Amino acid sequence: MINSGDTAWVLASAALVLFMTPGLAIFYGGMVRAKSALNMMMMSFAAIGITTIIWVLYGYSLTFGTSQGGLIGDLGHLGLSGTLDQVVGAEGHQIPTLAFAMFQLTFAVITVALLSGAIADRAKYGSWVLFVAVWITLVYIPVAHWAFASQSGNGGWIIDKLGALDFAGGTVVEINSGAAALALALVLGKRDGFKRDPMRPHNMPLVLLGAGMLWFGWFGFNAGSALSAGSLAATAMINTQIASAAASMTWVLYEKRRDGKATTLGVASGAIAGAVVITPACGYINPLGALILGLIAGFVSNYAVSRKYKFGYDDSLDVVGVHGVSGIIGMIGIGLFATATVNATGKEGLFISGSAALLTKQLIAIAAVAAFSFCATWLIATLISRTIGFRVLRDDELTGLDTTYHAESAYDITGNSNRY
Amino acid sequence: MKLITAIVKPSKVDDIKRALQADGVHGMTVSETRGFGRQKGHTEIYRGAEYTVDFIPKVRIEVLADDAECDHIVDLIVSTANSGSIGDGKLWVTPVETVVRIRTGERGSDAL
Repeated sequence: MINSGDTAWVLASAALVLFMTPGLAIFYGGMVRAKSALNMMMMSFAAIGITTIIWVLYGYSLTFGTSQGGLIGDLGHLGLSGTLDQVVGAEGHQIPTLAFAMFQLTFAVITVALLSGAIADRAKYGSWVLFVAVWITLVYIPVAHWAFASQSGNGGWIIDKLGALDFAGGTVVEINSGAAALALALVLGKRDGFKRDPMRPHNMPLVLLGAGMLWFGWFGFNAGSALSAGSLAATAMINTQIASAAASMTWVLYEKRRDGKATTLGVASGAIAGAVVITPACGYINPLGALILGLIAGFVSNYAVSRKYKFGYDDSLDVVGVHGVSGIIGMIGIGLFATATVNATGKEGLFISGSAALLTKQLIAIAAVAAFSFCATWLIATLISRTIGFRVLRDDELTGLDTTYHAESAYDITGNSNRY
Repeated sequence: MKLITAIVKPSKVDDIKRALQADGVHGMTVSETRGFGRQKGHTEIYRGAEYTVDFIPKVRIEVLADDAECDHIVDLIVSTANSGSIGDGKLWVTPVETVVRIRTGERGSDAL
């Protein structure tokens, strides 16, 4: 029997999480230079459109259909067939399958949208649209099946066989997007002027607005992942707030000491890093654990972001440093702080039980998802690059992609921008 | 008639405007601009990376003046814009053949 309270919360959460992708478009759009701001935002909107079509046709089925050896679902729910009037969840907490399918769709959307930050200002739009379709099919769907599709012990291998814990997508969303972003940045190469020009964000108020939308939506992302409207959702929600707030402060503290100024980009990046670190852990650890993880994430992700100049890869909007690195910290954090007092179905971490068993499982899950995502993404991007081409002409890149690819410009204040 | 063009620090623009207004100057034009002189660029650290900033933001002030008032206005701008530190900018005076007030068609000093 459908639990209306739980259903209401999951429906609302699905809307909250979908809201994150336009939020990401604004967050990323403000961070790039004005001449390619619309292109950046368009990449996120392509993610919404393409991913939704795929999800309906076969995405949901391959992700949550009957597991084939723990690797992938089956085709039993093509076109969302056999999901109407069905329910998922434990007895007493059942919700309509379509509510669950909608909620999960929004995760797929934002994960692939996140990747666009790694290749800002230089990707052919059509190639990006194709990439979204292929990447969702070959990378997101398998990884989501591994870590999210629990089927009484016979589902995805990470959740059901290995037994690693990932509450809301530390592997599926964060480590997956971080590893894939690194591969994409390497295949497409650096922007013209990387390291020479500062390439500062052109509109910080947009960045902060987008960060606020992400922060807001993240409550649906994390607390919604409880799939019920009870104390687990409440714990996940307050943990999300604590970690985001803590990381935003440690990010700017480190930045102030290193660079001399506390920046708005820093406070926004820190809040996102905090939300990322708590994503896998929010339903397994207590609020003080969330505080510790948040404090760590602000420092470490900030350090990681600054390393890209040393290594020389142009992960333009820091998907690797923020999502990849804080995602890994969060997954490890579960292995240390997980406690059964928060989640009775969860296991206990090293600092609680004294056993490193869970930590080992977490490390295996991190390594498997990072390696698979990096290699598969590198192959897909290289294939696109070698066939239809992935990178725009240098001239178009310098002019800006808004006029050259979209016949528009973000700030046409005089009504004449396109004519100059 | 002369055209006085001054490149000054953005932070000095309001002071200069007030000084010129108090002195009864007829009008002025300002535009935001960027460039470098002897001050050259400087290095900045942002998001953990160091950059050289070659073009520094400045404001260009243009004032049309009668020959008789020119030196006085130049002195006023220079004394207001001067902070004594590097990067205060430059000012130059160029001769102007004629000036026309578009609305009335007046020419020369009458158009100022």
